Amino acid sequence: MKYFRRVGVSVPLLLAISLGVFGLIHLIPGGPMAVYLSSPGVRPEDLARLTRALGLDQPLWRQYLQWLGGFVTGEWGFSFSDGRPVIDRVAERLPATIELMGASIVMALVATAPLGIIPAVGRGWVSRGLSIVSFAGISLPVFWFGLVLQLVFAIGLGWLPSSGRTTPGDGGAMDRLAHVLLPAAMLGAVHAAAWARYLRASIADTLEQPFVNAARARGVPPGLVLARHALRPALLPALTIILLDAALMVAGTVVTESVFAWPGLGSLFTEALARRDYTVLMAMLMLASTAVVACNLVADLLYPLLDPRVRA
Amino acid sequence: MRRGRLAAAVLLLLIVAALLAPWLASGAADTMDLANRRAAPSLSHWFGTDELGRDLLARVFFGARVSLAVGLLSALVAGALGVSVGAASGFFGGGVDAVLMRATDAVLSVPRLLLLMAAAAVVQPSVPVLVLLVGGIGWMETARVTRAAFLQSRDREFVLAARAAGASPVRVILAHLLPNASGPIIVSMTLAVGRGILLESALSFFGAGVQPPTASWGNMLYQAQTTMSTEPWLALFPGLFIFITSVAVNALGDSLGEASVSERRAPA
Repeated sequence: MKYFRRVGVSVPLLLAISLGVFGLIHLIPGGPMAVYLSSPGVRPEDLARLTRALGLDQPLWRQYLQWLGGFVTGEWGFSFSDGRPVIDRVAERLPATIELMGASIVMALVATAPLGIIPAVGRGWVSRGLSIVSFAGISLPVFWFGLVLQLVFAIGLGWLPSSGRTTPGDGGAMDRLAHVLLPAAMLGAVHAAAWARYLRASIADTLEQPFVNAARARGVPPGLVLARHALRPALLPALTIILLDAALMVAGTVVTESVFAWPGLGSLFTEALARRDYTVLMAMLMLASTAVVACNLVADLLYPLLDPRVRA
Repeated sequence: MRRGRLAAAVLLLLIVAALLAPWLASGAADTMDLANRRAAPSLSHWFGTDELGRDLLARVFFGARVSLAVGLLSALVAGALGVSVGAASGFFGGGVDAVLMRATDAVLSVPRLLLLMAAAAVVQPSVPVLVLLVGGIGWMETARVTRAAFLQSRDREFVLAARAAGASPVRVILAHLLPNASGPIIVSMTLAVGRGILLESALSFFGAGVQPPTASWGNMLYQAQTTMSTEPWLALFPGLFIFITSVAVNALGDSLGEASVSERRAPA
């Protein structure tokens, strides 16, 4: 029952977001037809025909309902810049973005473990240094960090390619790995830093719990206390944060894909914005928000399953 | 605490440099030294020069004026909006609370940068408009902490006493509830300054924010992108300043947060 209520809250939330997105896009000066107004050789009667064909002569509320109904059923309309179905354009870009996000989550997790665990248990300069690194990390301007990575590893040292997803004519596994490393590091850095800070706080909290003291008193060696008693409950809050952040990563891909010319959804968004391709923009804003709401929901529902203490 | 003071000192230094830019770097930001175009950092030009021979250090000072102003002012806008929403929500409760908090959730669910980029496409932003836009998508955290603080003290004796004495809702909110919520509000607004600076620079980095010839750290990076392999310093220094500012603001917010928590924990 409780689950149904949680799901029930998400629906009005998404409706409110859809209203906002629709309203925002319809405020763009010149409206959806702006693209055609500026192109030479367009006659007024063509414009009128197009307006009718696209349903733009209908009252706004009807346009909204039609658009919303279409969005829910997968009819996302046609791209204004090349006339192809929006859903096709999104679908062809999706694999690249999933590859980038997957790689960046893996890299971020690899960095999170030492950055989060060592400062939580250690006292020396290494753990202090690591906690400074993660503090600086959350303040990092991502776009600049990307440029620095490009400057050092691609332009300076020449170890890795500076842009794109594959080398034309190559595209083997090693080639793709080489291409994904820098953008994934750029996208993952801020998240790794944030996750590490949560993990550290969460471990530090758990280490003060009575059951940890009890385990220590029984003579369980420190390493085992950490691994068996402290880490597992501490991972739970961290896991929720990671899930919530995964949705926010979608926004990060816009910057990352622009710096590294990665052909994914993020570049599609910037291209659509530059061309005022409003069907694509609306669909993408809705998709990103739906992803955030969905991840929130999953995190909420998953938590009691993972933590028996909250199940009651 | 020591970290908080250090952060405040760094920020103060940056603000002073920004305010004094016209005197510190008088003319240098726009003076074209054509013999010294694209010069690497040296003793005469510490940060090097750009493609027109303008001194980068001077331009970074002038960029600081715009970037810091957008960060600070947008945080004020965000704070005013957030406090109003959170106060109404926490004070009135019930239906008002439900509607306002769902609206807050809705805005929080749209990735901030995407929203800002779409909004900037709607209105070609001047600096004041940019302040309103960045503030307009940055109020949600302040609204939440204000509401939480109001809920905590709404039913405490001093509030009940004020109400019993016949104080109007506005007076109860302004004179009794708000001062008690000031700690978390200040922390959330401090963090909003950092976020505002990052958002402005990200937007300008796409060429959609502050427009040249006005220099901001973000649009300096935008212009530097194309010449990065030959003049890397043009990209390094403006970004470094964004980074330093953002670290300092977050450190300040963190230590203010710790201070306000320990103050509340201490016996009165």
